[in-house]
Amino acid sequence: MEVLLNVRDLKTYFYSDSKVARAVDGVSFQVGKGRTLGLVGESGCGKSVTALSILRLVPSPPGKIVEGEIIFEGRDLLKIAESEMRSVRGNDIAMVFQEPMTSLNPVFTIGYQIAEAIRLHQRVSRSDAREQTVDLLRKVGIPSPDQRYNEYPHQLSGGMKQRAMIAMGISCHPKLLIADEPTTALDVTIQAQILDLLAELRDEFKMSTLLITHDLGVIAEMTDDVAVMYAGQIMEYATTRTLFANPKHPYTIGLFGSLPKMGEKREHLEAIEGFVPDPAHYPAGCRFHPRCNLMEEKCRQAPIELREIEPDHFVRCWKV
Amino acid sequence: MTRREKTRPAQAGITQTQLALRRLRRHKLAISSLWVLGFLYLVALFADFIAPYGFDDERRDLSYCPPMRLHFFDEAGTFHIRPFVYQYSYTFDEYFNRVYVQDRSVRFPVKAFVQGTEHRLMGFIPMKMRLLGVDEPARVYLLGADYRGRDLLSRIIYGSRVSLSIGFVGVAVSFTVGMLVGGISGFFGGRTDNVLMRMCEMVMMIPGFYLMLALRAAFPPGLSSVEVYLMIVLIMSFIGWAGLARVIRGMVLSIREKEFVTAARASGEGSLRIIIRHVLPNTLSYVIVAVTLSIPGYILGESALSLIGVGIQEPYASWGNLLTEAMKISAIQFHPWILIPGLLIFIAVMAFNFLGDGLRDAFDPKLAFEGE
Repeated sequence: MEVLLNVRDLKTYFYSDSKVARAVDGVSFQVGKGRTLGLVGESGCGKSVTALSILRLVPSPPGKIVEGEIIFEGRDLLKIAESEMRSVRGNDIAMVFQEPMTSLNPVFTIGYQIAEAIRLHQRVSRSDAREQTVDLLRKVGIPSPDQRYNEYPHQLSGGMKQRAMIAMGISCHPKLLIADEPTTALDVTIQAQILDLLAELRDEFKMSTLLITHDLGVIAEMTDDVAVMYAGQIMEYATTRTLFANPKHPYTIGLFGSLPKMGEKREHLEAIEGFVPDPAHYPAGCRFHPRCNLMEEKCRQAPIELREIEPDHFVRCWKV
Repeated sequence: MTRREKTRPAQAGITQTQLALRRLRRHKLAISSLWVLGFLYLVALFADFIAPYGFDDERRDLSYCPPMRLHFFDEAGTFHIRPFVYQYSYTFDEYFNRVYVQDRSVRFPVKAFVQGTEHRLMGFIPMKMRLLGVDEPARVYLLGADYRGRDLLSRIIYGSRVSLSIGFVGVAVSFTVGMLVGGISGFFGGRTDNVLMRMCEMVMMIPGFYLMLALRAAFPPGLSSVEVYLMIVLIMSFIGWAGLARVIRGMVLSIREKEFVTAARASGEGSLRIIIRHVLPNTLSYVIVAVTLSIPGYILGESALSLIGVGIQEPYASWGNLLTEAMKISAIQFHPWILIPGLLIFIAVMAFNFLGDGLRDAFDPKLAFEGE
């Protein structure tokens, strides 16, 4: 596998007066060329901060990337100048956000916004940018794109807005598309359409994708590899096929257990007991131990390392 | 149906602006103010043509001549369809004040499109034609004359060019600065914010009028009229930007948290570009209202400076320096018409305030609007 993005030991902390919130605490993963990596986990486990860190968009202060390397096409994005970073953003790496409602500027037409994004990175005339934009809108499945070009975000439905966002994201043919919960704010039928669209575009443009979601169904459908995140760390990291066939970490197993299964009759869905820990006060030892049903004394004492239990299958648990 | 839904556009294709304009149209006071202002600005634009005489066209023998009456009936009681004036001349009363009398033997009909003194319409079209006038040696001074015998109406019309434009020019300067400073301050936050806001407070801390006088003292005397005009704009903008910058900063603080700002950054836009292209346009509905409501301040400020004699200088007219003569109580007692420029200041200021109120109501989406 040819590696496009290699994140190594990334640590992004948020500093407040007295506390340090370790939102991302030593995360490593790789995204191969043309492949899709899924980043899955509960709310607040550091998925979005990881994505923002890759683009160096973590609000600072209070946030800070403390350590790590983000190697994209051979250079470390954490070391290059801000001006150089700006030409990476949108051009090489683009991002699609969770909330299509608020990700578009309400005071400009969608066409104008997409055309501006194109003109930012390419030397094209206004009319060329407009043409390209209309093509993009058509490509992402927006009907009568000529007319939609001149409409404001509030005139579009949520699904259409997300399509427009995706159009903006792919406008400069990025090598990596980061999609941060692209379907969470949409209803189920639209979700499926948007995922299909993303898969189509990925195959057409040979884009790599980093897909952030908390939906295991989306992971199964879309990704080649998966990293399961919990409390700022990766708990299990494997190919999607392996992970779904043979989940090892108790947290991953818990996540699968909490899914409803076809043809099964149950009163309640199973839930993992307890809550996600506060990123300023992680439990000592394994961060999952207070909620783990396999917990033993050793789990509380020392931090657990991620280890490879079979080729390309990493688990942060000593018991498996 | 909730209130929120009610204010949503009913059909597709209606923008927020169209909606706001529709609401504005229902605001009677604001609409009449708009007409009043439209009229005033139209007159100011064509001042050279509409004013019967030049702003410095003086006739000493008509000093403090009262407003002249337009007659329709002559001495014999015959009706004339075209109004006319008589020539005015004066005698003295026992206190040696001038008393004007009309010479009723010769009628001077008021004519339209007469040839007057040469002027340039809107500054570049040379012409001699004026809207109204009478044949010499008579004069038609509808609002009376000042002490040099210049037509007050003409001077008010010429003065409106200064008084009405200074608001827009001043606002343009101070709002550009204010929005930029507020935008940068709110967007970057931290130390930048701290420094810029303390600067604003320093400007706001000094009472405006005294700051204005102090700044005026910093400019050399003997400036040309254009320089004086620019100086007034500069002085007033220097005072005016700070308050706006603070409000804009507050709004930017909330707008910068919106996801579209992150999205703009993710597509590689620079900070200044994001501030100007994405953040500030979202404050526009507030800014439009604030502009309308702060123009009166500039009109009043110019008037105040000119009134005390440090603004627009004679023989050029502004509504403020026309009132200089009205500072003497005796002048008001014997020649009350020289207060008329004050009335115009009042009308213009009120009209801007009513229009601003109307705009604020129209642009405020939280106000549910009735009747639909």
